Formats: sequence, structure tokens, C-alpha cells
Amino acid sequence: MHLSDFQLFVLITIIKIAVVLVITLTAVAYTVLLERKVIGRIQNRWGPSRVGPFGLLQPLADGIKLFLKEDLMPMSVERPLFVAAPVIALACALVSVAVVPFGQTFKIRGVDIFEVSNVNIGLLVILGITSIGVYGIALSGWSSNNKYSLMGSLRASSQVISYELALGLSLVGVVLRAGSLNLRDIVNSQIGHGFLSWNFFGGLQFVGFFIYIMAAYAETNRAPFDLPEAESELVAGYHTEYSSMKFAMFFMAEYANMLTVSCVATLLFFGGASSPFEGWIPAFGPTWLQAILPIFWFVAKVFSFLFLYIWVRATLPRFRYDQLMSFGWKFLLPLAMANILATSLVMALRS
Amino acid sequence: MHLALFFIFGGLAVLAALNLLLQRHPINSALSLVVVMMSLAVLYWSLGAEFLAAAQIIVYSGAVMVLFVFVIMLLNAGEEERTRGSKIASIAGFPGAAAIFCLLSFVFLSEGHKLGLSHLGGSLDEASSNISQISSLLFTDLLLPFEVTSVLILVAILGAVVLAKKER
Repeated sequence: MHLSDFQLFVLITIIKIAVVLVITLTAVAYTVLLERKVIGRIQNRWGPSRVGPFGLLQPLADGIKLFLKEDLMPMSVERPLFVAAPVIALACALVSVAVVPFGQTFKIRGVDIFEVSNVNIGLLVILGITSIGVYGIALSGWSSNNKYSLMGSLRASSQVISYELALGLSLVGVVLRAGSLNLRDIVNSQIGHGFLSWNFFGGLQFVGFFIYIMAAYAETNRAPFDLPEAESELVAGYHTEYSSMKFAMFFMAEYANMLTVSCVATLLFFGGASSPFEGWIPAFGPTWLQAILPIFWFVAKVFSFLFLYIWVRATLPRFRYDQLMSFGWKFLLPLAMANILATSLVMALRS
Repeated sequence: MHLALFFIFGGLAVLAALNLLLQRHPINSALSLVVVMMSLAVLYWSLGAEFLAAAQIIVYSGAVMVLFVFVIMLLNAGEEERTRGSKIASIAGFPGAAAIFCLLSFVFLSEGHKLGLSHLGGSLDEASSNISQISSLLFTDLLLPFEVTSVLILVAILGAVVLAKKER
């Protein structure tokens, strides 16, 4: 069978999308397990341990439970929006993985196989999709016709809008250094001298990194900024009225967003798929090993960021609402602007 | 390929704009406007202006429209009542809209080459991005309008702060 270039491209792209989607969803399921295990150990208990060896089949059991539960639809909800909201949330969370380059450039017949699509404004695509994801939360709260849901979604949307500014500005320093919005170019600007050429160490972007990570925790509604679902005040926040698969979709969207945030932090500040000894240790092994090894580094970095998420959740108490707002607007935003000024000043002096 | 995209998303934009007018609930209208913004972004992208497309999505559908939806939710606005509409609106409105449509299409069709043309597909096939071109234009030739616009926005923010601080 002979395929033309275009047919081959379409075929490989579909395979890439399917593989990345399956891996993302599995990673989401196992992040939930990781969270329960790690938080369990931090709180001096075991966490799930009954289903399968070490509780490793727990995500499967959870999935079956959520699938088989009755799908309740309260009487006075706005039906179309109530159904659309979780779909919007999950779709936006999953789409942004498409522009993440998770390995080094490795082409089979002209098609890069370690990235679903190489967009020249990849970073802006991720930011744009994240900003669309707010609609899922906002609409779910409103269409539920429940005051706790509405309060939760109002909190969520105001929080996400406020922190989006600090999030975007914290990345400008990295973009200035790379001179491109293409995620592949940004990663390639950080190779040469091992971990010393990563933006976090060599680029002196650690201020930007800490602003990014704090704003991203707020953006994904995670502890210590999980006010939209503060269970002691708002029952469960915006997903109070949801059950079964619709609830599961919100849940998956939250963890998929965590995954995306960790991927972006890896790509922008920690050299993406490059190894920390790049340029010091010569490449070794056969071609397939050289192709696989960067993916290992990428996964390790993303894993450590997910672990940090869980660690922070188990450690820090929740912010109060006014503290949240003044922290975002009066501390993170000016700091991010100062970071841009300092970065561009240093770059101008060096050139 | 690009032509198909143009027809799909151009049609979607027109349909969503009509839906925006016909819907009776403010939230549905606001969401139709979001669809219009996003289809416009796809059209920009297919013309090769990828930065404009991303800015359209981040600024308009991501920030401005979220604020709209936010305010509608906060005010708990109910469904509008359907009225017959005033006579003056139908006498002056429809011919006026038709006249503006004719004028604009005449200008674009006859003076199109002076406004500058772009063709479908644009510079998408190249790996270059047009951000550096946009920024050098913004900070050299168009510096004055750019700065004036930012001062205008600053004035609007100050006005909002003054209004919010009034009672104390």
C-alpha cells in the first residue's frame, strides 16, 4: 500500500492524538491515586491500599463507580448549559496538551512524532484555551440554580481573571529570552550547558517561576487557592449539583489542568525534555534510546511538579477571599512587572 | 482547505450573531457573542494573522466576555420580554442598516487594494511568526495612537475607581 504525504500526515496525526489522549487520561487517573496516597502518607495513614497491589487499581474502581452512578438532573436547572458546562471544562483542559512538545525533535518521514502540533504561537494557544476554560466553571454554577454553586462559580471566575494577568506577565521574561512564542524554540533556547542553561537557573527567571507557579495554582483552583470549592463554606462549590459522569468530567478537567500547568512549567523554566547533563555527557546508546530518554526526563520533571502540587495541598491552609485578591493584585502583579523590567534591562545591557 | 474553513467559520459567525439578537436570555446572547469572537479568531488565523487570533481569544472571549457573563450572573438578569418594537426603529432602522451595509461593501469592493489585501492561507505555511513585525509597527509608526489608547483605558479604570469609592 502506498500513501501520499498528506495521507501519511493525517494518519500519523490521528495516531498521535489518540496516544496522547489515552496517556493524558491515564495520567489524570493516576494523579488522583498519587494525590490520595501522598496525602495519606503525609497525614500518617496509608491511603487507598485494597484494590489491586498497593491500591494500584483504585482509579479503575473509581471510574467504574462514577460511570455506573445515577445521573441526577435537578428540576430547575438550565438544561442545555448544565449539560454543556462540564463538556467545555474537560474539552478545554484536554486540548491544550496538543501543543506540548514532550520529546526532542524526532521525525519519521517529515512528521514530528513527539508533539501533536507545532504551532508558532504555542504559548498563546495554551493561555487562550485556559482562559476559555473559565466558561465551564462559570456556566456550571449559574445553570445549577443553586446559591452555593453560584457563589462558587463567581469566586472561581473572579479568581481566574485576576490571576491570569500575573500568570501571563510572569512568562514574558522567558519569552523575551527565547525571542519566540513557539514552545519548541523556547525549549531549544535552554540547551547547551546542562541544567545551568535552564531558564530557572541560568536565565535567572526564578522570580518569574515562583510567580507562575503561584498564579497557576490559583488558576487551576487548587489549594491553597481552592476557594471555589471550599467545602466548609460552599458545600462543594460549582459542582454541588453534579453527579455521575458530569461530576467526573469536572474532576478530570481539574487534574488535566494540573498536568498542563506542570508541562508548561517544565517547558518554560526547566528545559522541557532536555536532560540536566546535556552537553556534558555525550549522547550514548542506539537511536531509539536517544529518542526515548528525553521523554523520560520530561515525565520526571512533570511528575515532580505534580508532587509539588500535592505537597502544597497537604501543607498550606486555604486563603481568605480578600487575602487572595490583594495577594494577586498587589503583590504578584507588580512583582511580575518588575521581573519583566529587570529581565529586559539585563538583556539590553548584555547585548 | 482554507476556503472550507472560511465558509464554515464565516457561516458560524453569522449564525451566532443572529442567535445573539434572537435569544431572549442575556446569558445565551453573551455566549453567542463568544462564539462570534472565536469564529472571527479562526478567520484571522486562516488569513495568517495568528497573533491577532490569539489576542482575540485571550482578550475578547477570555477576559471581556467572561466579565460580561460574570455581571449577568451577578445581577441575576431574567428573560427579556418580547415586544413589538417601536415604529421609529423599524422605519429608520432597517433602511439605515441597509444603507450602512451597502456603503461598507461598496468601499471594500472598490477601494480594497488601497486598504491592503490578504489572501487565504496567508503566511501560515511559513514557520515565521508576525509578532516582531506587529511590535515594531506598534512601537514606531503607530506609537502615538497606541499610547493614546492606553491612556484612554487608564482614564476608564480611574473612572471606575472613582465611581466605586463614592460612598464613604
